Amino acid sequence: MKIKVLGTRGSLPTTNPNTLHYGGNTPCIEILEDDQLIIVDAGTGILNLSHQKLDLFTRFDILLTHLHFDHIQGLGFFKPLFNPSSEIHIWGPASSSQSLKYRLNRYLSPPLFPVHFRDLPSSTYLHEISHSSFEIGKLQINSNYISHPGPTVGYRISNANAVFAYFPDHEPALGINGWNAGKQWISGIELALNADLLIHDSQYTLDEYESKVGWGHCTVEDAVRFASLAEVKKLLLFHHDPNHTDKDLENIYEDFIQKNSFGFNIELAVEGSEFDLK
Amino acid sequence: MKAYDIEIILSRQLAETLSIAMFIIDTEGSLLFYNEPAEEILGKKFEDTGVMSVEVWGTIFKPLDDKGNALKPDDLPLVKTLNSRLPAHGSFWIESLKGEKYNISVNSFPLIGRGNRFVGAVAIFWEI
Repeated sequence: MKIKVLGTRGSLPTTNPNTLHYGGNTPCIEILEDDQLIIVDAGTGILNLSHQKLDLFTRFDILLTHLHFDHIQGLGFFKPLFNPSSEIHIWGPASSSQSLKYRLNRYLSPPLFPVHFRDLPSSTYLHEISHSSFEIGKLQINSNYISHPGPTVGYRISNANAVFAYFPDHEPALGINGWNAGKQWISGIELALNADLLIHDSQYTLDEYESKVGWGHCTVEDAVRFASLAEVKKLLLFHHDPNHTDKDLENIYEDFIQKNSFGFNIELAVEGSEFDLK
Repeated sequence: MKAYDIEIILSRQLAETLSIAMFIIDTEGSLLFYNEPAEEILGKKFEDTGVMSVEVWGTIFKPLDDKGNALKPDDLPLVKTLNSRLPAHGSFWIESLKGEKYNISVNSFPLIGRGNRFVGAVAIFWEI
């Protein structure tokens, strides 16, 4: 299973000289497994998919964690949507009252977007998921709701040899006693258990988080604590705050790493980085 | 090991911030959590009791009617909600594990998650 990080930035695209290294595009991950291409989240990073690669496929599966704008902003610019020979499956979290189609239409229609979703020439299929288990090609996909405002799922994507877990927006530490109550009280933990690679929210510093509790994101400290409890092999710190420059991110990371040690690898997510999970 | 449903997890996190007593049960009726104000009325810390089946918690706290007769678990609002998936209300006495009697008023409601999934129920109660 080959993973490529196409977008790392949270909330808002921030491409400028100060964010060039870690990247300014919003969340998007490419997964390649044999003859299958899966795209996880459709932030502006989706534009980093090479045209040559897209030409190799006719079926595309897009797994959305949720429909906040930074995770769907690139969807309307996904070229296969405009190709009549494309078969596109979009998987997204079910809401209590509105269909996935209705919610996506709110973006893919005027005045926010010039083309109506219904007018796209590709064959598009929408799948509402919740606590779900399904297969795409040789990959097993498990999803469940996690702690983030609005319908939001985390994903566990696995083949026979490796597990990739994806929690781009996640606030596992809500409440005053969440970490001490036992693993079963931690949002999404079973999806991340023993993952070879976990990509996890780490948007705020401890100081920033104090005034943003309940916004659905977490600190580096909480991301690492979650990864540690899930006993993952590698953690990528993700969903970089749009106000954090490359230098800021490195300072936050270095400050944390110097004071702590863990039995697994921790890195800041870099746009364009690739991982081969075997 | 499976995490509880997010609705249960967030209910506990709410319960931990409240100064009113709160019980959380799963779809089988197992008592998954009660908060500190509930501990004061019940006379035992949740850490000490842990998860309890409905048969255990429905009797261990000794619910009594106004005449001092023991109430059956099925007469308790939270068990009614468990069985009907509808809100319920009731007032009765309980004898705590410390032997103290409290007259309490209980409101219970089902936790219906997205996709109309019944994931458990919550009761809030206070001394009258």
